[in-house]
Amino acid sequence: MSSMLVLAIVIVIGIVAFVIARQRAAAQDDGKIKPHSRAHYHGWWAFLLSVLPAVLLLAVWSIGSSVYLNSRLHAQMPAETGVASEPLAVSLTKSLANGLRKLDPQQVSALPATFAELQPLLAAKGVALATDTQDYMIPIAAEANQGADRLGLIGAVGTIGLALAGAFYGISQVQLRARARNNVERLMLWGLLGASTIAILTTIGIVLSMLFQTLNFFNRVPPLQFFFGTVWDPRFAAAGAGASEGQFGLIPLLAGTLYIAFVALLVAVPIGLMSAVYMAEYAAPKVRAAVKPALELLAGIPTIVYGIFALVTLGPFLRDLSAALAGGASFIQAQSILTAGLVMGVMLIPVVSSLSDDIITAVPRAMRDGSLGLGATRSETIKRVILPAALPGIVGAILLTASRAIGETMIVVLAAGVAANLTLNPFEAMTTITVKIVNQLTGDLEFNSPQTLVAFALGITLFVLTLVMNIVALYIVRKYREQYE
Amino acid sequence: MTDVTLDTVATATLPTRRDIGLKRRYAAERRFRLYGVLAILVGLAFLAVMLVSILSKGYTSFWQTTVSLPITFEEKVIDPDNKRATDPNVLVTANYPALAQKALAEKLGIDPKNKPMMTKLKGFLSDGSRVQLRDVVVSDPAVIGTTRNVDILAGANLDSAFKGQIDLTVPEDRRKVSDQQVEWMNKLKTEGAMAEHFNTGLFTFGASSRPETSGLGVAIIGSAYMMVIVLLLALPIGVAASIYLEEFAKKGRFTDLIEVNINNLAAVPSIVFGLLGLAVFVNFLGMPRSAAFVGGLVLTLMTLPTIIIATRAALAAVPPSIRSAALGLGASKMQMVFQHILPLAAPGILTGTIIGLARALGETAPLLLIGMVAFVANYPATPFDPATALPVQIYMWANEAERAFVERMSGAIIILLVFLMAMNITAIVLRRRFERRW
Repeated sequence: MSSMLVLAIVIVIGIVAFVIARQRAAAQDDGKIKPHSRAHYHGWWAFLLSVLPAVLLLAVWSIGSSVYLNSRLHAQMPAETGVASEPLAVSLTKSLANGLRKLDPQQVSALPATFAELQPLLAAKGVALATDTQDYMIPIAAEANQGADRLGLIGAVGTIGLALAGAFYGISQVQLRARARNNVERLMLWGLLGASTIAILTTIGIVLSMLFQTLNFFNRVPPLQFFFGTVWDPRFAAAGAGASEGQFGLIPLLAGTLYIAFVALLVAVPIGLMSAVYMAEYAAPKVRAAVKPALELLAGIPTIVYGIFALVTLGPFLRDLSAALAGGASFIQAQSILTAGLVMGVMLIPVVSSLSDDIITAVPRAMRDGSLGLGATRSETIKRVILPAALPGIVGAILLTASRAIGETMIVVLAAGVAANLTLNPFEAMTTITVKIVNQLTGDLEFNSPQTLVAFALGITLFVLTLVMNIVALYIVRKYREQYE
Repeated sequence: MTDVTLDTVATATLPTRRDIGLKRRYAAERRFRLYGVLAILVGLAFLAVMLVSILSKGYTSFWQTTVSLPITFEEKVIDPDNKRATDPNVLVTANYPALAQKALAEKLGIDPKNKPMMTKLKGFLSDGSRVQLRDVVVSDPAVIGTTRNVDILAGANLDSAFKGQIDLTVPEDRRKVSDQQVEWMNKLKTEGAMAEHFNTGLFTFGASSRPETSGLGVAIIGSAYMMVIVLLLALPIGVAASIYLEEFAKKGRFTDLIEVNINNLAAVPSIVFGLLGLAVFVNFLGMPRSAAFVGGLVLTLMTLPTIIIATRAALAAVPPSIRSAALGLGASKMQMVFQHILPLAAPGILTGTIIGLARALGETAPLLLIGMVAFVANYPATPFDPATALPVQIYMWANEAERAFVERMSGAIIILLVFLMAMNITAIVLRRRFERRW
């Protein structure tokens, strides 16, 4: 019995319990004694009593039994597996077991002993299996299927039994003065608390998953070579075979990341800041109402669109322009730091401007009026009073923007190039950490080669880098906000 | 005396004007204003250039050239040995392009035995004719032996030529359409057999190696699955978390920890969520790669902070007097939140959710890592089947060399932007109509 079906049955039992408990509660209310809770709370309490423990049992049981079956599968593998590795043999056995499920019952009861005989039977059912499936796997797979069926049946019976027991208990608890509402609300509060811990769980998940794989990577490549290596040449991982040694130097990627982010900030900060100043201090309300949504539109465009624009339009345009200027060979490559930085800068304009708009409008009116009253022009007020007062906040905003620039992926994947160069020339291509994460992880991959694991080392570098910038930025922004509140 | 006084008064009222550089300062003021205007104009100009460049490249992809041909479904081509009653595979594997080729030759008045002319026909019709004619025959086998008009897709190069995108003044050997094909094309055009139709294929086809038969069908379904999953998971979890933090949590270390976490997660690069999905969902929990379900989970984690921040703002905007009134009338705290605060905060929550969904719809990087860059030709029946997503499909087409793919890619961007625009406008309208100022 599939767990989905069991789940459906449990929910049906829960609904029945809800209806019965509610009716019982309504019937008991004869108007003489004031009931503690309204009838539907009794219904919900019965529903929760029957569904929650049963679902928990089902979850624990199915995870536990799959772990048990897996470990038994590993134990049953002979020393000589006949294929490259034991994990491969286990996964072949698993897909064989899945294939056997498609066969008719009488075929399963009389399984042929060799894979050569079995294969046509499976092929007739539309199951294609790897040709290096070994004969000894057939009884193991059949047994694994039987074991899974047996465990599944026990789990299903137990779950449904628990649901029924919960339903009866819940219905029997219905009394006029029973505190059904308090019970339901206490559970709800736990649910709310649980939902809010998901943010913590996500962070823990991010850190642990990446840390685990990174340590795995550092077992093969020394950390010093990674953090201080100046050559990025990971080679290819050959599936199954011992992976060839590559060089995993972070420096060229980090340099490219920072360079492109720097160019992007050169574009985004002056333009974004000036437009924020204009919008906050000069623009008439009508202009503001029209221009602000347009700039927000710029922020709502997905980064892949910016990347495509850089790849298809801006990159070739700059290349041809430089060719025309130089009269012959172009000195700007189609994929270059300049192209990626420019487009990323434009993407960041609305980020800078909306962050600094908030900060500029938070400067108290009195400071503005004081400066204007002393005879300063508006621009002098802005330059000498408002911007210095807002400076910490603006620095925070720039840091936040920089962390966005460092973590940006699609623009650089499409516009920055894949060659890990170390250069100072903005017209050449450089690559970034994010590009390499994408490159190392797209396509078929094996989880135990350094070529794959390095992506997690890059990822945790990126995570730590942006995390530090964000924390510092948030700290500065919060500190600044308190100053004027 | 009077004279003297007058004299002094005159000198007092007309002091020599001190030069405080007003001219220079006003000029600086004007310059500063100009910089502001310029900054905004640069931003808007870039937006305009980008949109125009995408629109001008992409709008043609909504039309597709077809050739209307009277196809004779000859039995001796489709089923030469008359075995279709016993072996249904015959109808699937038959040589349908030959039928289309023959019909085209007839239409153009070419002798089928004229080999050199027949080779020039190559590429005139799309290879997709195989699927088109097969579908006709399989759905209605009685058509065999009769003649029927079918709109066959033109080949990608002919399609470009028909739309006028290929420069015909370039020497023949340097373009992909021969003079002979152009001549035929013009002949069919004047006869009205070759025409542009609205390109439904762009919305329905799956992945294909030929531009004219590739479309967004799989990507749209994959994106729809993911949006539903994000909505079903992120909205309840996000709202529950915000209610806890805003209404129930006591100030303390634990609450602070959660808040710092949420703020940081909102700023974590999206690709890191992809790494999380790959390591935890795919590798550790053994979920299928390329599946919309895993993509939905990853996007849910990414969207949660956005929704939580918006929801908390909406909850905080409900005035405390409402809370006091509800509690004063004897509602429990839970009843107060769910029956009074939440309905009042709903428009704000909805707006935040739509904006979060729009961000999730345009997100590409994490989906690349969990393997949604896959060549998927068939519609995914469930969220657990391999699928792609709209932005990922755009990325995949961007890596193709043929120019017809650039057209499709720009068309796909237009579709994506229309979806996003619709979502954002809905959010704005909702905010305008329902948001209350207290």
